[in-house]
Amino acid sequence: MKLKDLPKKAIDKVKNFRLTRRVFSYPYILFLLLFVVTPLVIVLVNAFIYDGSLSFQNFVDLATDGSSLKVLGTSIVVGIVTTVICLLLGYPVAYILSKWKSGSVIVVLFILPMWVNFLIRTYALQTIFENMAVTLGMGTVIFGMVYNFIPFMIMPLHTTISNIDKSFKEAAQDLGASPVATFFKSTLPLSLPGIISGITMVFIPTISAFAISQLLSNNSIILFGDSINLKFENKLYGVGSVMSLIMLALVLVSNFFMNKINKGEAAKNLW
Amino acid sequence: MTNQTKDVIIELKNVHKDYDGKPAVKNVSFSVKRGEFVTFLGPSGCGKSTTLRMIAGFEKPTSGAVYFNGKNITEIPPHLRPVNTVFQKYALFPHLNVFNNIAFGLKIKKVPTGETFKDRKGNLYEKLRKLTKQEIKDKVNNALKLVDLEDYGHRNVNSLSGGQQQRVAIARALVNEPEVLLLDEPLGALDLKMRKDMQIELMNMHKKIGITFVYVTHDQEEALTMSDTIVVMRDGVIQQIANPQKIYDEPAHAFVADFIGESNIFSGIMRKDCVVEFFDREFECVDKGFKKNEPIDVIIRPEDIFVMPADNQAAMMTGKVDSCVFKGDHYQIVALIEGKEEVNELLIHDNTEVKVGDEIGIFIKPFDLHIMHKARIINEIETEMWDEGVVEICGGKFPCNSNLPSGTPVKVSIDFDDVIVHDDEEDGIIGGEVVSSIYKGSYYQCIIRADNYYNFFVDTDDDWLKGDRVGLSVAPDKIIIEQLERKDEE
Repeated sequence: MKLKDLPKKAIDKVKNFRLTRRVFSYPYILFLLLFVVTPLVIVLVNAFIYDGSLSFQNFVDLATDGSSLKVLGTSIVVGIVTTVICLLLGYPVAYILSKWKSGSVIVVLFILPMWVNFLIRTYALQTIFENMAVTLGMGTVIFGMVYNFIPFMIMPLHTTISNIDKSFKEAAQDLGASPVATFFKSTLPLSLPGIISGITMVFIPTISAFAISQLLSNNSIILFGDSINLKFENKLYGVGSVMSLIMLALVLVSNFFMNKINKGEAAKNLW
Repeated sequence: MTNQTKDVIIELKNVHKDYDGKPAVKNVSFSVKRGEFVTFLGPSGCGKSTTLRMIAGFEKPTSGAVYFNGKNITEIPPHLRPVNTVFQKYALFPHLNVFNNIAFGLKIKKVPTGETFKDRKGNLYEKLRKLTKQEIKDKVNNALKLVDLEDYGHRNVNSLSGGQQQRVAIARALVNEPEVLLLDEPLGALDLKMRKDMQIELMNMHKKIGITFVYVTHDQEEALTMSDTIVVMRDGVIQQIANPQKIYDEPAHAFVADFIGESNIFSGIMRKDCVVEFFDREFECVDKGFKKNEPIDVIIRPEDIFVMPADNQAAMMTGKVDSCVFKGDHYQIVALIEGKEEVNELLIHDNTEVKVGDEIGIFIKPFDLHIMHKARIINEIETEMWDEGVVEICGGKFPCNSNLPSGTPVKVSIDFDDVIVHDDEEDGIIGGEVVSSIYKGSYYQCIIRADNYYNFFVDTDDDWLKGDRVGLSVAPDKIIIEQLERKDEE
């Protein structure tokens, strides 16, 4: 293509402009470019800039900084514990609600608190704990996490369990399975997509959550999300960017494994 | 307990099932013999599936009892019943492959080891063990062979065609060696050709294994092809239990005849033994024992009617051809037969083509005229007067020509012709649901169920859609009121 043809092409484009379906996606694509892709590129570039020149020094700094690695370890442990508690508490709730005709109304009651900003709820929780003279620490942090994220476990589970055709349960009973065996051999495996959705939607937000742990532990427990926040507040953009990349990698890896287990069915049953 | 316990494997006694107060199965009693192929046949919502589900144990009867080998199993949960079910939508577990779907029941099953042990109270128990991996493998492979899917064990169930899934469902049920196999419209989701093939396969399987099959379908042809015994149901009530030949040739009444195959159903009068009158003509028939001049239904199968030239000596009557359509292996002819007052339509299946508008002669053999008692000849309701000149019928206030005081117990009679059906429920005095509609040559006989479950028989010129809500009213002078003796309960 010759350079002098370009203006002509552009004019043609404008002249032949037609409102096709594709046009409606342009505003969102622009938004994505500005506020998702650009920041990611900035983070990526920042991670490799140290003292104004290109280097891997940020990675080395992080790898040799024991406290940062400890924060990462603690975050993952808190994430796993929160997810397990949410699953153990949420599954029975979702299961019982799916048996009730008015179950979906009650699920809304579980979701209702989510319409209040999580910071406000966490401040409230902090005040309640202080008034009850509960020592703030790991226990209260995990309580706060479970309290904040359990709706994300119940909702996908409730949707999946209530959509399981009741003929599967009958088929299991018909083939000789007792009520307990029916649950473990048919209902539980059939609700796997919901479990996977629930785990993904609790684990990842938990490890990246910030403020909750600080507020509910009097700043004694710092999680990965808080740590990134602190790094940026202290203008340590290089190390902060590296940590953000690690976070991103964690999200992608866990998503990949979840999809692997579930053969990609979780996404379909997310809500 | 029954006296023929040896032969009978399943018995239902006065089984009744209500859903939210609405009866789905009403007082059903019947028994299934060992090794029999029994089919429940009826339109949707007739209670056939509910009956099957009560045998399987998924539904508990509201009253009545289910017996298995003479033992009352009404309270036994489904997983302890020696029956297996093939579900309408197959219900194959999507998280298991074909092999594991079939092995599902075997992995749970426990078999006696032959040894026994005593508990502390001295009760003797048989020791049970689970099946070994090898035993399960052998059984599953045999089952796969039975349904012609030997190489499909490792396949994902969702990758199979409808027919193949169906076979896996059958194999999954049969591998447990149940004494009775329950099949709930198993071929409903298959296309016509596949359905025909599976019918043959199921029949062969039944012969080969020799266990009892209880089959549910709304497809009358399927029922006639496969069954040893057919149970025709409607509105939760058994209409007739007989073998396919008998159901077809001697339907118990107009509903069964209408549901099983095509048929002509006409209202007639039994003049005396072996003489029936319909179309304002008298015909010779072979039925006896009816009352003199009793109103009856005459049923004639379209293929039992012979068509001949109008001037043929043997012709019993003549008719004008209204339409003639080729149907692949026969011509479907509609002939109009003139009576004194009305013109009747007669449906004929014949091998020769006739011209529309031509006069044809018609002959029917006497024993092909099936005479049936009418279910009812007039609508009769026992009720009370609401007020002078107003009678209460099924919760509605009907104006009438009677001056009996309020509260008088009365018997109300209304002729089939005199019930007026309104398209809009609001236009009638009471509302009701159309339960059935049978064409009787020149009019439709509908059954309309009022909200208190009283069935009105109505003769109308229009074909009302089953399941529709309609309004009912009656002209005041058509309501015949008879005073009843007041029952003194004191």
